[in-house]
Amino acid sequence: MTYLQNNLQTVPTGLRKILFLNWPVIVLISTISSVGFMMLYSVSGGDVSVWAEPQMKRFALGMVLMVCVAMVPVWIWRNVSVLAYIGSLLLLLAVELFGVVGMGAQRWIDLGFMRLQPSELTKITVILVLAAYYDWLDIKKVSHPLWVFIPVLIILIPTFMVLRQPDLGTAILVLSGGGIIMFVAGVSWYYFGAVVAIIGGIVAAVFQFRGTQWQFLKDYQYRRIDTFLNPDADPLRAGYHITQSKIALGSGGWTGKGYMQGTQSRLNFLPEKHTDFIFTTLAEEFGFLGGISLLGLYALVLVFCAISAFQNKDRFSSLLILGIGATFFLFYAVNMSMVMGLAPVVGVPLPLVSYGGSAMLVLLAAFGLMQSAHVHRPR
Amino acid sequence: MRRTEQDVEQSKRKITRRGLILGGLQFGFMGILALRMRYLQVDQADQYRLLSDGNRIKIDLLPPARGQIFDRNGAVIATNEQNYRVVIRREDSRDLDEALYKLGMIIDLPPEQQDRVRKELSRANPSAPITIADRLSWEQFSSIAVNAPALPGVTPDVGLSRRYPLRGDFAHIVGYVGPVSDYDLSRIEDDDPLLHIPKFQIGKSGAESKLEQDLRGAAGTVSVEKNASGRAIRELSRTEGTAGKNVQLTIDSGLQNYVQARLHGESASAVVIDTETGDLLAVGSAPTFDPNKFVRGISIADYAELTENKYRPLANKSVQGAYPPGSTFKMVTALAALEDGVISAQDTVRCTGHTEVGGRKFHCWKRSGHGNVDLQKSLQQSCDVYYYDIAQRVGIEKITAMARRLGLGERFDIPMSAVHGGLTPTKAWKNQKYGTDWVVGDSLNASIGQGYVLASPLQLAVMTARLATGKSVTPRLLKSVDGVETPSGAGESLGLNENILRQVRAAMHDVSNTSSGTGYKMRIVKTDMLMAGKSGTSQVRNISAAERASGVVRNADLPWERRDHALFVAFAPSDKPRYAVAVVVEHGGGGSTAAAPIVRDVMLQTLYGGTPPLDAYPQKDRASAKAQQDKIRELLRASDQAGTEET
Repeated sequence: MTYLQNNLQTVPTGLRKILFLNWPVIVLISTISSVGFMMLYSVSGGDVSVWAEPQMKRFALGMVLMVCVAMVPVWIWRNVSVLAYIGSLLLLLAVELFGVVGMGAQRWIDLGFMRLQPSELTKITVILVLAAYYDWLDIKKVSHPLWVFIPVLIILIPTFMVLRQPDLGTAILVLSGGGIIMFVAGVSWYYFGAVVAIIGGIVAAVFQFRGTQWQFLKDYQYRRIDTFLNPDADPLRAGYHITQSKIALGSGGWTGKGYMQGTQSRLNFLPEKHTDFIFTTLAEEFGFLGGISLLGLYALVLVFCAISAFQNKDRFSSLLILGIGATFFLFYAVNMSMVMGLAPVVGVPLPLVSYGGSAMLVLLAAFGLMQSAHVHRPR
Repeated sequence: MRRTEQDVEQSKRKITRRGLILGGLQFGFMGILALRMRYLQVDQADQYRLLSDGNRIKIDLLPPARGQIFDRNGAVIATNEQNYRVVIRREDSRDLDEALYKLGMIIDLPPEQQDRVRKELSRANPSAPITIADRLSWEQFSSIAVNAPALPGVTPDVGLSRRYPLRGDFAHIVGYVGPVSDYDLSRIEDDDPLLHIPKFQIGKSGAESKLEQDLRGAAGTVSVEKNASGRAIRELSRTEGTAGKNVQLTIDSGLQNYVQARLHGESASAVVIDTETGDLLAVGSAPTFDPNKFVRGISIADYAELTENKYRPLANKSVQGAYPPGSTFKMVTALAALEDGVISAQDTVRCTGHTEVGGRKFHCWKRSGHGNVDLQKSLQQSCDVYYYDIAQRVGIEKITAMARRLGLGERFDIPMSAVHGGLTPTKAWKNQKYGTDWVVGDSLNASIGQGYVLASPLQLAVMTARLATGKSVTPRLLKSVDGVETPSGAGESLGLNENILRQVRAAMHDVSNTSSGTGYKMRIVKTDMLMAGKSGTSQVRNISAAERASGVVRNADLPWERRDHALFVAFAPSDKPRYAVAVVVEHGGGGSTAAAPIVRDVMLQTLYGGTPPLDAYPQKDRASAKAQQDKIRELLRASDQAGTEET
């Protein structure tokens, strides 16, 4: 009998579980998603049916999915984590073999009713399997090289598969998400120092091999990096996205131009205004105050996740919750850095706000896991 | 797996510690995001707001309506008409081939026109409208407007374009407008932004060009909100421009029509001037051309036809043409000598048909000679030897000075293109120009308006007007600008001896009204409208001694280019001058036969302000005058008809 099983008696059962969900997080998620519906309505020029309505339907579906996932006891999720991980690797392989080519990248599998992006799923399964791994691993062995090598492999296999699609944004998210679990699980600082050094080396190599047949990235990815490093060099073409995005943000000022009054988005100066660059429209129309408020909502989600994780005496649950929180953080941190010109344009959506089905469903399912860990925590 | 209580506690602590570190890093990063947001949205807000406005607000120019041109009575000479056209902008042309194909089903769109659109479009600024077709009928235009959604990128548009309702009759005076060219931009020192509108029309010649600043007006502006692809979303503000000023010319369009019709078929020019005010009532030059063709963009074939025509339709002969004035210059020589006192009107010179100076023979046009010739007879019969004689006495400098007092050699300031200054030679001029000394033979040639002397028909008309009034009349073409009258051309007295002037005028009267006068055949018989004139026949070739010996070849037997120019100047009524007329018929032969009839017809038309009664002509000319009038009436009717059909 484990500690967890000892506490089974106090864990709520049946539909009573709903009462024990982490309601603050649900309220925050709904609020952020509503901001998303509002912005999608605005960027479509006042037409619900274009983006806002499909997004609401997906949100509703996602909430149902979240509750369903939350109802399943967390130890079941732990037990299927390896299967989920292998499943997601197989799906990535399937994309590699049969994937639909969209936007110059193989990313989707057409399931008939929706297009699934297995790379979205991978972000979560990596977290899941790593949390299970560190739950299983003897705490004293965490920093042992052999036991460090295994999770590194767990992270790098899907990372490289995603990179091959190519989807740089997701690869970064998978890599960073996995790394964060390792960090939280207590892997020695030295390893992270080494990784920083290795990444430095890889970055150097990426640029070194540019133009040769061994180049790691596609030409457009190189161009995006160039553009990031010097957006003003070619403001009308490659640097256009970043330049226009900064103009939209900056022209918003303190309080913004007013809802549906954002000229940059309304007059199509903004690229991808309903997906990756939707934050720009929000900041243009609601200004600094609007942008900082959304950032505050995101931070609150993180705070409630952390509280839930720290209260949870189950190692798997804690790691899972922190990992999901961190993934959520990575989403918005990378997206916002991107639109503010702090990071290259890598194609990461703003979580719960950007238009997109897979990302929304996977993210809500992930919060379902977080809720499951929260509901079924040992008491 | 089993885990001890201690292990769980340790794990818990580790996770919490690392979790807090992670949280710290995350909040730190969010702090950076917040600071970045603050930097962009607060610190740099003003700059980005400007950039954002620069993105969306575009200033377009509104071309003003060009000023109209009227004749002295308010008849329209140049006006603007609505021009229905279809334009395309590069940024909108998604599928040019399809657009042109579909448009070709509505209006006629020949392949070369499509090629031109493709070429212009590839070079143009993305937002600059390129005209696919213009001057569409209302039916075509509305059909395009209705089908606009099916024509990608094509916009129907209404603009103003210049029209000259009287077509060729004012081509030389008013000139024409055309799209501003790179050459124009390099030449004109003018930073008017209007000039940078593609195909903006500016005056290219004539009054349109000379009065450009008055006619053009000032641009208005409209600020328009445009989306990223440059399509106008809404108008934000508008400042109307100022239309160009209307101008009025001194020309009488009815008379001008008549003059052009009368000159039709000749290579000739005619100027009618008011002897008191200097108003130019008609300035004709034939053949002419249709300025509307230039506005629309003349075809290469049409242009070649104009430039290759030996009658030079594009030249405005009345002011650009400089001809040896021939015997019409004799009044100048006579006045110079009389004013100087070297002869009196009664002094005679014996004409034997020639005179010899410095071993060279100078011939009179009449080989048998005129006998004893005084001033009256010298002008009446146009004796050359008389002038050879008095020229030697008075000298070239005084003749030239008199010519200049009468307006020869002066470039008059009238708004027409390439106004010629003529030539009144002096000894110094010849020395500078040819490096040789003036010889007495040059003076002899000059005395009868040959040799170096050159004058334009306008100058001859001014000379005649000054002779008729004794005042320094200057020609005036621009009557008013924007309703403000320009100064009259009436002048002060020339300071000539009135008695001498009267004697010269009397002799000119005799030219036209005595049976031995060279202009007698072409006289006016209405006693209150008698004409005083002077014929001139200027040689354009040298007559060799051999030819003289065997008999001078008659003009009719020479090729056109080598025939003499025919000139005639006159004022009327001879006792109370009101109008002066000068006519030059290029290579027309004798002045009294080729130019004088035109002068008479034009003078009568001017005096009567319309078709004159036949009894103004001598009995035996009435039949031919009637035929002439009918012919002109027919010409004017045909021209009118062509004009209405066009519009």
